[in-house]
Amino acid sequence: MEKNSEPTHVHRDDEGDKMGMWLFIFTELLLFGMLFLMYAVYRYRNPEAFYLGGKELDVFIGTLNTVILLISSATVAMSISAIQKGRKKQALLFLGTTLTLALVFLVNKYLEWGAKIEYGFYPGGEALLELGHGTILFFGLYYVMSGIHALHIIIGMALFIYVFQQIRKEKVHQTDYVWLENTGLYWHLVDLIWIFLFPLFYLIH
Amino acid sequence: MSQEKHHIMSYTTHLIVLGVLLILTAVSVAVTSLELGALSTLVAMLIAGVKAAIVLVWFMHLKFDNKLYTIFTVFVLVLFLLVLYVTFFDYSYR
Repeated sequence: MEKNSEPTHVHRDDEGDKMGMWLFIFTELLLFGMLFLMYAVYRYRNPEAFYLGGKELDVFIGTLNTVILLISSATVAMSISAIQKGRKKQALLFLGTTLTLALVFLVNKYLEWGAKIEYGFYPGGEALLELGHGTILFFGLYYVMSGIHALHIIIGMALFIYVFQQIRKEKVHQTDYVWLENTGLYWHLVDLIWIFLFPLFYLIH
Repeated sequence: MSQEKHHIMSYTTHLIVLGVLLILTAVSVAVTSLELGALSTLVAMLIAGVKAAIVLVWFMHLKFDNKLYTIFTVFVLVLFLLVLYVTFFDYSYR
């Protein structure tokens, strides 16, 4: 490794970092976009089965998780405002709240999936196989789409823990907070996807 | 670095945005429970679209950031709608 003659100079390009994050977000939108496309086609071809499948899902737990994600989106955005104002403690508090809400979301998801799996409503499960082709498609999409979404929640939580540590160590602070900003963008993406998943799976009537 | 590019949103603004998002969620749950058939899905999707726009504009700072991000976002959205349109155009004539 070459030693830099000016060790105090650190190269930074916050705008470039953010641009990279946005480009990544667009690839994510297209990834989920194709899943939504699949959903649209299968629902178009199996309207009855999707209607009945939607009835199997708990509107209350879906609404609760929507509220949790919306609040967590607001708290991560507030954490960015706090760091911009140089209020480290508040930024940590907001970020900690976001992390906790993300965990609660996952616990709800675990309980929801757990109950479904117990009844045999999982891909290849006996109760599901007895139902028609359309319902199998509905639950297949439900598990794949909310599963990939849950994976994003877990990645988001890992990012929150990392940024939390960086703020604590003053590595992320009032004049250098692009890590927090990009983590926030990622989290809003997770929220954005859920905004569409919620009505498409839980609110079919 | 230039100072004006960092717009700081107040806590109050964040809470107002959150309030609007929560109200819209309640409206979409209420409307879909009325069992209006196809109309119900349309309304739910419209509300989801408005919520997504609010998240993009305020929480994701599109309102305050470089306009290039807005242009890209609209481009991705149009691309998706185009693919959706072409797919259904295909399915309707099979």
